[in-house]
Amino acid sequence: MFQTVSTILPELFLAVSASLLLGFGLSKTSDRSTVVRNIAAGILIVFGLMGYVLDRPAGTSFSGLLYNNDFSDFLKTIIGFAAAAALLLSKNFFQKENLERYEFSVLTLYAVLGMSIMVSSNNLLSMYVGIEMQSLSLYIMAAFNRDSLRSSEAGLKYFVLGALSSGLLLYGASLVYGFTGSIDFETIRASIALTGPTTGVIAGMVFLLCGLAFKISAAPFHMWTPDVYEGSPTPVTGFFAAAPKLAAMAIITRLLIVPFGDIMGQWQQVIVVLAIMSMVVGAFGAIMQTNIKRLMAYSSIANMGYALVPLAAGTIAGVQGMLVFMAIYIITVIGVFACILQMRLRNGMVEKVSDLSGISKSNPGMALALTMLMVSLIGIPPWLGFFGKLYAFTPAVEAGLLWLVVIALVASVVSAFYYLRIIKTMWFDEPNREFVRAPRQTRVIAIISVLLVIPVLIIPGTGIAEAALGLAENAAQALFAQ
Amino acid sequence: MLIGLHHYLIVAAILFTIGVFGIFVNRKNVIIILMCVELILLAVNINFVAFSTHMEPVAGADPIVGQIFALFILTVAAAEAAVGLAILVVYFRNRGNIAVENIDLMKG
Repeated sequence: MFQTVSTILPELFLAVSASLLLGFGLSKTSDRSTVVRNIAAGILIVFGLMGYVLDRPAGTSFSGLLYNNDFSDFLKTIIGFAAAAALLLSKNFFQKENLERYEFSVLTLYAVLGMSIMVSSNNLLSMYVGIEMQSLSLYIMAAFNRDSLRSSEAGLKYFVLGALSSGLLLYGASLVYGFTGSIDFETIRASIALTGPTTGVIAGMVFLLCGLAFKISAAPFHMWTPDVYEGSPTPVTGFFAAAPKLAAMAIITRLLIVPFGDIMGQWQQVIVVLAIMSMVVGAFGAIMQTNIKRLMAYSSIANMGYALVPLAAGTIAGVQGMLVFMAIYIITVIGVFACILQMRLRNGMVEKVSDLSGISKSNPGMALALTMLMVSLIGIPPWLGFFGKLYAFTPAVEAGLLWLVVIALVASVVSAFYYLRIIKTMWFDEPNREFVRAPRQTRVIAIISVLLVIPVLIIPGTGIAEAALGLAENAAQALFAQ
Repeated sequence: MLIGLHHYLIVAAILFTIGVFGIFVNRKNVIIILMCVELILLAVNINFVAFSTHMEPVAGADPIVGQIFALFILTVAAAEAAVGLAILVVYFRNRGNIAVENIDLMKG
């Protein structure tokens, strides 16, 4: 009983506080949306810190439905902070667009609760419930600007394709259940070890992976991503690009390593195909884009491809590389969206790449920040993005996937084109207008993100880099020890 | 003729295929897409319940979990339909119709 409570304490805290906050927001007399947002951000930060501060032992709860270990603690920390940053970014945008409603903060909390259940799920049932809890909140958030045709179209598209992906996932789950006799990850593994990879199990596994590939927007299941990124309100897009991607990546990793750990030969090819297609689609699809949110959608497709490369190695170092890469990507992408949110003229938001022309003259601070983040996304040393790719690609080389890494590097070079084009537009094109001064909250988040990607913090000897890598390694080891 | 496990699985596979194709081939109405999603979920439920009743028990697992899973799917499908119809109503208010070929404001 006490073990159960201790294992699910972060989820329990999030569920109770989200429900209380929902009640607190229902005030007839005053608009409490700003207060609710600040409390929700605080709750998310506490939730993020909970895993490491409490230092609970690994354990299961609800008869093995959830299994909490270092792996899920590591992910919950990043998810909590990423969601808090995205929530704080939304303040000014929603106030200016007359969308300030407290339900948004509560929906964010419920989405994070779903992600938290996803990353600690140890059973196909809890995995499905977690994914649906997250997705249903995200559908509503995509359509949050309900008077805008683009936002409601984004929500509709996201809903239809998300529901299809849940259907694929469930069909896979039913086949795995039928052919192994269990929905518990460890029992599935034991059953596969006994019978070997039967056709039914492999078909189920492929359906499961297809359903989850929708959630991380890996090609060929990426078609919803550009439309949803473009249509959703910008802070929501920033949220979509960060936390949900990590949660879905984590559950893919857990599925591959724990229940399907013994049939790596079968899943490796699927992951390799997803990785290659995502990298190619992400690199070439973005070249013609003029809308910066759409461009970031293709960039995220390409980055999910890079994150799948170390996973294809299937080793502890591979999982560690994926975690390091995703953490660095999330830090960078939140900074990028903090910069995109500063693209506001006197009469409203703009989101064309050409609107950035010459802003190094009018808004030098923002131009510098966006340049740093783009350089990090390209992966030029010594920016942090380089180390992300280094840690992601080294395990794949060690596992003998050199040709996959070569494709990844070619894709990075191609995608450097559109990142460099943004930098060129900002510094060398003729200025035509000036953005209004961004609110302090947005600037602070952009500055924090830029400071983190400039490798001031990872000079050897300060110990911060070693500590962060150690946490990722512990997380990867915990997954394999399960 | 004795109805066995594979009969149920074939029915479920056919329903699943109709559902998936319905989403992609249908060019008329979004409501039909919602019906296809329900069809997919029901195909999955048939799978789960058929496996659950015909399964040889495995050590450490109770076959009844398949039926419990089906109950969870029914519950989540209801929530999903509620959210989906709400988004559809919002879209209809902005656009004035729900024809699939008109959902093309963003592309490229």
